[in-house]
Amino acid sequence: MWDYTDKVKDHFFNPRNVGEIENPDGVGEVGSLACGDALKLTFKLDKNGKIIDAKFKTFGCASAIATSSVLTEMIKGLTLQEAAKITNKDIADYLGGLPEQKMHCSVMGREGLEAAIENHRTGGKKKHEIQGNVVCSCFGVTDKEIERVIRENNLTTVEQVTNYCKAGGGCGGCQGEIEKLIEKIHGDKIKEITPPVPRIGGKLKNIQKIQLIQQTINDQIRPALRAHGGDIELIDVEGNKVIVAFRGMCAQCRLTEFTIKDVVEAKLREFVSKDLFVEEDKDSANQPHNHRE
Amino acid sequence: MKTIYFDNNATTKVAEEVLDVINPFFCELYGNPSSMHTFGGQISHKIRDAREQVTALLGCDPAEIIFTSCGTESDNAAIRSTLAAYPQRRKIITTRVEHPAVLTVCRELENHGYTIVELAVDKKGQLDLAELEEKLDDDTAIVSIMYANNETGVIFPIDKIAEMVADKGIVFHTDAVQVVGKIPLNLSKSNIDLLSLSGHKLHGPKGVGVLYVRKGTRLTPFMQGGHQEAGRRAGTENVPGIVGLGKACELAGQNIEEENKKVKFLRDKLENALLQSCPDSRLNGDKDNRLPNTTNISFEFIEGEAILLMLDKFGICASSGSACTSGSLEPSHVLRAMGVPFTAAHGSIRFSLSRYNTEEEVDFTIEKLPGIINRLRELSPFVAK
Repeated sequence: MWDYTDKVKDHFFNPRNVGEIENPDGVGEVGSLACGDALKLTFKLDKNGKIIDAKFKTFGCASAIATSSVLTEMIKGLTLQEAAKITNKDIADYLGGLPEQKMHCSVMGREGLEAAIENHRTGGKKKHEIQGNVVCSCFGVTDKEIERVIRENNLTTVEQVTNYCKAGGGCGGCQGEIEKLIEKIHGDKIKEITPPVPRIGGKLKNIQKIQLIQQTINDQIRPALRAHGGDIELIDVEGNKVIVAFRGMCAQCRLTEFTIKDVVEAKLREFVSKDLFVEEDKDSANQPHNHRE
Repeated sequence: MKTIYFDNNATTKVAEEVLDVINPFFCELYGNPSSMHTFGGQISHKIRDAREQVTALLGCDPAEIIFTSCGTESDNAAIRSTLAAYPQRRKIITTRVEHPAVLTVCRELENHGYTIVELAVDKKGQLDLAELEEKLDDDTAIVSIMYANNETGVIFPIDKIAEMVADKGIVFHTDAVQVVGKIPLNLSKSNIDLLSLSGHKLHGPKGVGVLYVRKGTRLTPFMQGGHQEAGRRAGTENVPGIVGLGKACELAGQNIEEENKKVKFLRDKLENALLQSCPDSRLNGDKDNRLPNTTNISFEFIEGEAILLMLDKFGICASSGSACTSGSLEPSHVLRAMGVPFTAAHGSIRFSLSRYNTEEEVDFTIEKLPGIINRLRELSPFVAK
């Protein structure tokens, strides 16, 4: 059961400004049925360029509906310039906060508002377009959107990013990329917050190292690959060289190079030793697949 | 406000009769059944009685019953103990629609080198038995297939499946947590080797379950320690739980006909009325092969959590397969495996009834729900004016 504030409950049970404005000055449509929430926001301007009326229609859970409802309240009386400054955090704060896992609803509200403003600026012709490269293909979230929620909300973990924009919450295959985006934005700052400390201090004995590598593959790497219908197998460890083979879908995946470098290696360095590097065992890749049937 | 409880596949009310028999085991009859003195030793007779009450419901022998701490423990024990007993076999066959108590265990075992076959289901939620037949081989250690699905109530043809698996000499386990007490079972006439059940799903207490182990089934103990449960499940017995479960099984046996008549009547009334009064609604699952108490209905273009909260305002308790209620961002794995479109999966609501529900409660829900659906659809951008 979600812990909603009274304000969230009030706006869910008694939503304000439901509907669609006829001949609106701006329309924003974001989200989709598949994703589980969607918002259509319309607004009308007065002769001074201030938002005189705003209405919404929302498909989604209680917090999605409440977020949309407060958004219409918040933007009334604002100029488009003022409205454009509203962040997802402002929306969440106005509601007295949202559960962490529901923060993506506030982001949807802000995106809907932006889309509507953009629609107005382009003369009502242009609909909201996706900007940047898609990182999370499960929910269609781009690097630009992820970077923005990281910045605006000062996010430091992949889990937070998932809570705020859903990215990484489906198959989990893009979590490595999200981690890189977090690192890119926070730079050295992030290192101070979550230093990648090897689990066992001091020098590892060879057998300990191999066991730890196997465990890291099992716990940290395989689940993400498996969600894509793939798998990974540890072939050998020679000094700091870790030889792995990819199975199933991963074996033929054009992104294999990327997977090794960015996910497997990063995880092994984080959990085992920062000296490790990864190589793919090409011969094993040609052997029969043993992915899950 | 009166609570209308339609979430009996999640958990059930403890029957008053069950509570009465449990009560003395906290402050009066608190002895340890393993003790030599009469005070403790007399408790072992109570456990024996409870074991007999369970066997009467299942149609098996008392020696085939192991008391556990819950359904999840029974599932874990069944799978892991069988694998330990057949170390040379490396394959597990299960289904995509299992409860996490089985599915998560299997996926974890995959990390340890086991091959997992997850059988697909069709849009009614039924298995293709030819696919199962094809997958059974000498490498298969265990086949674990639920008796009935917790989300849709769809019942699998378990007797037939058990026979197919037994013909190949493979151990067959079924998670029957949703079935025991709802439909009659006779394990002495089936080929089921292992069966899990849980106390709190049949008006017994939480924290107690059973693993049925057919005589002659090889099993390596899952929980080790003392000699309880004939050395097959160590740990001091949860005496109040076991005694309560025994009574719950006795009551279930007495009420099973009612469950199939009265509860089914109420379920059907609710289901038919809702499907009729709410446009763009659909039933999920196999209408003909279903638990008598469960219905899973999708209301298109709206989202399940919002429906549940509106129902909650009227004191009506149900559950949903929507992403927002699952704690993840994806809707129910069961509905997705059945190919239920996203539009419908997000708006799915499960009502699961029990013998404690009344016709007034059903009528009240029939009266209130269409208004909720309409209200949320007025908010939805996917519904035309």
